Amino acid sequence: MQGENDSKNFTLSKMKLLVCISKTPDTTARIAFTDNDTKFDANGVTFIMNPYDEWYALVRAIELVEKAGGTVTVLNVGDASNDQIIRKALAIGANDAIRVNAEPANSWFVAHQIAGIAKQENYDIVFLGKETIDYNGSEVGAMVAELLEQPFVSYASKMDMEGNTATIERDIEGGVEVLQVDTPFVLSAAKGLAEQRIPNMMGIMKAKSKPFKVVEPVPVEELVETVSFELPPAKTGVKLVDPENMEELVRLLHEEAKVI
Amino acid sequence: MPIPKKFGMARGSNPQQMVLVFAESVNGKFKKAAFEAVTYGYETARAVGGECVALVLGPSENAGQLGEYGAAKVLSVSDEKLAQFDSQVYAAVIAEVAKRQGAKVVVMSHTSTGRSLVGRLSVRLNAGAVSGVVSVPSVNGGFTVKKGVFSGKAIATYRIKSDVKVLSLMGNECRPEKTGSAVAVEEVSVPVPEGRIKVLEVKRQEGTVPLPEAELVVSAGRGLKGPENWGMIEELAKELGATTACSRPVADAGWRPHHEHVGQTGIAIRPNLYIAIGISGAIQHLAGVNNSKVIVVINKDPEAPFFKAADYGVVGDAFEVVPKLTEAVKKFKAAH
Ligand SMILES: Cc1cc2nc3c(=O)[nH]c(=O)nc-3n(C[C@H](O)[C@H](O)[C@H](O)COP(=O)(O)OP(=O)(O)OC[C@H]3O[C@@H](n4cnc5c(N)ncnc54)[C@H](O)[C@@H]3O)c2cc1C
Ligand SMILES: Nc1ncnc2c1ncn2[C@@H]1O[C@H](COP(=O)(O)O)[C@@H](O)[C@H]1O
Repeated sequence: MQGENDSKNFTLSKMKLLVCISKTPDTTARIAFTDNDTKFDANGVTFIMNPYDEWYALVRAIELVEKAGGTVTVLNVGDASNDQIIRKALAIGANDAIRVNAEPANSWFVAHQIAGIAKQENYDIVFLGKETIDYNGSEVGAMVAELLEQPFVSYASKMDMEGNTATIERDIEGGVEVLQVDTPFVLSAAKGLAEQRIPNMMGIMKAKSKPFKVVEPVPVEELVETVSFELPPAKTGVKLVDPENMEELVRLLHEEAKVI
Repeated sequence: MPIPKKFGMARGSNPQQMVLVFAESVNGKFKKAAFEAVTYGYETARAVGGECVALVLGPSENAGQLGEYGAAKVLSVSDEKLAQFDSQVYAAVIAEVAKRQGAKVVVMSHTSTGRSLVGRLSVRLNAGAVSGVVSVPSVNGGFTVKKGVFSGKAIATYRIKSDVKVLSLMGNECRPEKTGSAVAVEEVSVPVPEGRIKVLEVKRQEGTVPLPEAELVVSAGRGLKGPENWGMIEELAKELGATTACSRPVADAGWRPHHEHVGQTGIAIRPNLYIAIGISGAIQHLAGVNNSKVIVVINKDPEAPFFKAADYGVVGDAFEVVPKLTEAVKKFKAAH
């Protein structure tokens, strides 16, 4: 009898998910600036997919779709040099990709591009990482949520879906908050949400033929501009203390460093 | 004769730049982050030539004390619906109050709550936002403010060009300072929308200061060999009144709970004192701790990279050094 399986599949509620991925310098990259300290010096720097986006947001989205059916679309705002990380996301298991062809000038700009696309497509959940490890904004997620007028769950470290209701644990200072929210919503991923996946050969091959769309940005008014960068004052050098003389260390911490 | 414009345009042309500080409370109580934010709001108000007003949401005890940290008045919206956190609801209320009061700068703490609000308020108020600021804004040459970027490896200066600005203040960057006295709390009535997030439970460890707020942190790594050796770490922390932390492999191996994991993938902290014991100082670890004011490294390997980032170093075996340090702290406490 046909129909029974169909209706079962129907109650599993297929999901349409968007994962926003960004490109950041490799964590070990040397940080330097050019153009009178107004631009990041990308010379010799290796770029990677932002770890929170790749390890947690993307993998959890893929897991959900593996269980309930549906699609995972990855979205990046950046130039063609970002295609490499987008292909990686497809190799890990995303179904298709969109790149907004523009310099991601700041959070405000990026959020408007993401929201612009999300408004057309009606995703059940928009996933982001908790922050990018370069400019450490932690700003984009809340902006997207507000632009979409949707709930925002930040720092999610655990998440399960039942129908269209998600039960989520989010990291807060000194603990976790457990909450429930119905789709559609926006979520930012923290450590714990999923386990990193390494793309395999098959994934890499398949990625080559997955749909990949490049679109032009929508214009956005600039509210914030970068003036300059500087490096923090260098440490003056370590003062070594005799391991037999911990009274001396305590004295230094009290009298010189004034921290105890 | 031309009159020197010593204080620039910003100060002279905008005499009433109101700074609205959302002072976060937990179970109705204010914590250090709220006092820091109000102190920062007061400093910011002085820089832009205006007044600092604090806003408290939900039930709160003794909100008037925020006056001590420089709030000229305290506004309160004590609707029941604000008892649990939903960024959509909170942002709607804060934005409404900011609009009615004509606030030009909106300040909050860079906590899990504050970070969920900055972006929303930026959109609602069409205001340029900078999260995690580490300096009081400067108004010479536009409104500029600094924040740490690249996991603390650099500092960026941003200029906000919009009329209204939104800032979140990095923790432990602005020492709470009592500059005034308690003020009256004024109840304001604004519409509070229905939230779509249902908080089921809040689980917090009791007793210790949470890591992001801790001023003193004792942290240990794989050099300790196994979870059974953490007794001496806890003892040192207890004597100092410090919070314990650990490196990532230690949390991954289950030696310590995950909420203690600091570093790039864990929590970023900036305590006054960070004592690192048996931690090599990998760049990803440093990314979360190198903004600590003072770093002490205890490691048996004089070549450990952590020494390069340290202020004080002890080359020695943790199993011998740590008990000695604990003893020295005990002695110090008895004498002071
Ligand atoms: C993308 C990425 C993200 C990461 N994120 C993080 C992060 O957020 N946080 C983090 O901590 N790590 C992170 N790591 C891992 C990091 O690179 C290091 O592997 C890790 O920090 C090492 O932990 P450790 O110092 O405890 O251990 P080890 O590197 O094994 O160091 C142990 C140290 O203990 C010393 N030692 C040994 N015995 C003694 C003794 N008896 N007395 C005194 N000293 C002793 C040794 O000399 C050594 O220096 C990340 C890695 C990657 C690739
Ligand atoms: N250029 C970008 N393209 C797509 N998503 C981005 C981009 N920049 C940031 N994001 C997303 O927004 C999250 C938070 O970024 P941020 O607010 O910059 O810390 C990241 O983890 C990504 O999920």
